[in-house]
Amino acid sequence: MKKTFALSVLALGLSAGLISSTFAATPDMRLRQMAANCGYCHGTDGHSRGGIPAINNLPRDYFVSQMKAFKDGSRPATVMHQHAAGYTDSEFEAFARYFATR
Amino acid sequence: MSLNRRQFLQSSAGVVGVATVGSLSGCATQAPAVAGKKGRPKVVVVGAGFGGATCARYIKMWEPHIEVTVIEPNDKFVSCPVSNDVLAGYRKMDDITFGYNNLQGIVDSWVKDSMSAIDTEKKVITTAGGKKIPYDRVVLAGGVELLFNTVKGYDAEAQKTVMHAWKAGPQTATLRAQLEAMPDGGVFVMSVPMAPYRCPPGPYERASLVASYFQKAKPKSKIIILDGNQDIASKKGLFLAAWKKHYGHGTPAAMIDYRPNNMPSSVNAKTRVVGTEFDEVKGDVINVVPKMRAAEICGMANVRRGADGKEGPWCPVDFRTYESKFVPGVHIIGDSTLSNYPKSGSMANNMAKVCAASICEMFNGRDPVEVPVVANTCYSATTGHTAIHVAAVFRYNDKDKDGKLIPGGEMKAQTLPKGGLSTEETEIEHAYMDGWAKNVWADTLAL
Repeated sequence: MKKTFALSVLALGLSAGLISSTFAATPDMRLRQMAANCGYCHGTDGHSRGGIPAINNLPRDYFVSQMKAFKDGSRPATVMHQHAAGYTDSEFEAFARYFATR
Repeated sequence: MSLNRRQFLQSSAGVVGVATVGSLSGCATQAPAVAGKKGRPKVVVVGAGFGGATCARYIKMWEPHIEVTVIEPNDKFVSCPVSNDVLAGYRKMDDITFGYNNLQGIVDSWVKDSMSAIDTEKKVITTAGGKKIPYDRVVLAGGVELLFNTVKGYDAEAQKTVMHAWKAGPQTATLRAQLEAMPDGGVFVMSVPMAPYRCPPGPYERASLVASYFQKAKPKSKIIILDGNQDIASKKGLFLAAWKKHYGHGTPAAMIDYRPNNMPSSVNAKTRVVGTEFDEVKGDVINVVPKMRAAEICGMANVRRGADGKEGPWCPVDFRTYESKFVPGVHIIGDSTLSNYPKSGSMANNMAKVCAASICEMFNGRDPVEVPVVANTCYSATTGHTAIHVAAVFRYNDKDKDGKLIPGGEMKAQTLPKGGLSTEETEIEHAYMDGWAKNVWADTLAL
């Protein structure tokens, strides 16, 4: 039940992004919180200060394909395969939408 | 042009109908404190470390109308993560010390003082300087209190020469100076406190980096680790492999002598002897880290309790909001919380964001973040140029096996490949550790 709800929130975020890019400026708070998790390594909103790749402004398809590749092990990694395993595919989509406009 | 989420909800009801209903049925344990009646909502953040600074910054970033006051006694932020590099001479104090200028420019009020009392019913904080500061919600981010009285002889006088260096700052600089002054062939005795304590792999990183320094500067020296716990608590296999590879572990020439089940019970600052139940261990430099509990300010607010609500060492919280399970309006983030989290800078930084997000939502009359996710990445250096990591992703869950509600929820560690650990120490992970430090400092302090 909870999980279904979480996904529906993400799906909502996704559809909002598709309706108009205006909404990308104010994403759902759950998505903002989840995306903010990446900040301590990749920089606030993905703007890295160096040493670790920036993840802002990446094409959405690329973002999702790389997260999936980390998760299934086809892209070698030191740590990202582990973080990727902690999220669902629909969350990758939501992350991609969030960071694409930062 | 930007719409806030409420306007968005009103303007596209068709799309959001389902989510709104779901949201209302989720959780409504707190009556929303809607802004407007008595001016802007007021949040006071006590302590500007990794947790508090991040929380203040993100509230202002996400809901600028919320009035944020920070109470912090120190002039500067000194990073505990990578402070072991200072002990080894790989970094200087200046490299881990940062001003609060940017953050001070973001928040509404900055009070350079300490909290000395709090009335959680009237919602007023008193500072040591006598200032009264009212709040609607307070965030306590005070880290840990070190329990010196659990080690006999570790009194105020002894604390002048025996360092813990578990809160970075002058302690770190003094311990570095003591290690530099130690003659070659000397013994460095360091202790590991009883779990749970701040930074689980920290002691083993400290031993590794001091060994790396000794190897170059005073190769006849030894390190004795007195560990109160039964075993190496974090990254055990990785640390042991590094000690074997670099520091002669398992041979007569071993530089690090690891002694589990050896809890320091006494210290003599004059003779530099650390006593355990079984032994008296003399060192040339001794470094005793006592047992810990949630910060003093949590005691003042009466939020330091067990899961049952009785007095305890840590602070039970609702994991959607980090609000105390027992005292409304008081949020606790970072090392002070009672949880299955590692007590790390990364975790404090990310707990702060969940807390900030939910405070913003609640002040806007909405439910807190429904299913928060928090991630941790914790790097430890094994030499001056190699490092290892452990990663974790925690996800909120509020139902037990039988579907019964768990009040305040729990954070379930997701199953990660290789338990979230490095395969082996590498140079690239050392570079990532530097990158992590740069980014977490910037994210926390708005650098």
